Amino acid sequence: MSIITVERKVLEKNDELAARNREVFLSHGVFVVNMVSSPGSGKTSILERTLEYLKDSLRAAVIEGDVQTDLDAQRVTKLGVPVVQIITNGGCHLEANLIQDALGTINLKGIQLLIIENVGNLVCPANYDLGENMKIVVASTTEGDDKPLKYPGMFRNASALIINKIDLLPYVNCHLEDLKSNALRINPKLNVFETSCTTKQGIAEWCTWLKEQVTSKKYKV
Amino acid sequence: MHELSIAQNIVEIIQQRIPESEWKQVVTVRIKIGSVAGIVPDSLKFSFQAITAESAFCNAQLSTEHVPFCVHCRTCNTNTENEDGFAMCGECESTDIQVLSGTELHVVEIELEETAQVV
Repeated sequence: MSIITVERKVLEKNDELAARNREVFLSHGVFVVNMVSSPGSGKTSILERTLEYLKDSLRAAVIEGDVQTDLDAQRVTKLGVPVVQIITNGGCHLEANLIQDALGTINLKGIQLLIIENVGNLVCPANYDLGENMKIVVASTTEGDDKPLKYPGMFRNASALIINKIDLLPYVNCHLEDLKSNALRINPKLNVFETSCTTKQGIAEWCTWLKEQVTSKKYKV
Repeated sequence: MHELSIAQNIVEIIQQRIPESEWKQVVTVRIKIGSVAGIVPDSLKFSFQAITAESAFCNAQLSTEHVPFCVHCRTCNTNTENEDGFAMCGECESTDIQVLSGTELHVVEIELEETAQVV
């Protein structure tokens, strides 16, 4: 028997590609957000409301990740924003190499904010750095208040939590304060926002905070 | 279910570290998995077996070591473990903590059944 010492991160290849993406973003002065959540929490709706709200103050672009179809890209295109659709063909998350490929088809010149909408999945995307400045996790009231405890990885690495479908709170078994405190037990530094894409409640607060992050230097490497 | 993609990454690391002539001698690959790394050890072992069964690594088994989630508290200066991944000191409940372990996913070592030369 002989033993070979290795001591390597399993995801080091992805991390290296993410670092290269980060250099590309930095050289173009683009702030990058990686949006993650379970399917159906409202990522695309928040994206639409966000792009509408910020259309006169920030130049944005979008990368959409889905297992199948370009339905999300079609929705975002209607807002006049450059969008690239990545179809993973069964893959449950985006990896840094897919973003690298997508960057070949998107012109970042003049873009200030790039939003990557990850595949709807509350587990796998947490492990994969794409080169973003920050992750945003969306949890909707219809999912209940225990998701941060069941899927902590997604909340641990995020800078902000958007609690969406806040207008449905009276009709669902979700205690808002429990949802918040569960998330903060995993990550006390989370900035928490409450939104409804139907009534537009909370969209202004979220967008104002996001714009501050894009224009502040604290996330610049 | 990203264990398949993780297993593929592990195979690539073995391929880079061990010369091709010795791939069939690989019997054990030791992996450290943090308790909050988001990896199910049995799924990872299943995925590894599935992608290596017909390959030169058909003799290889994954051996996984569990690493607990451990935080250091800057308030009371103690280290505590919890399996829930709470960013909180288990002694004084301060949230001014530093994560010491539990998020890792590493290939630690590779065992060959006969002496092999390292590249």
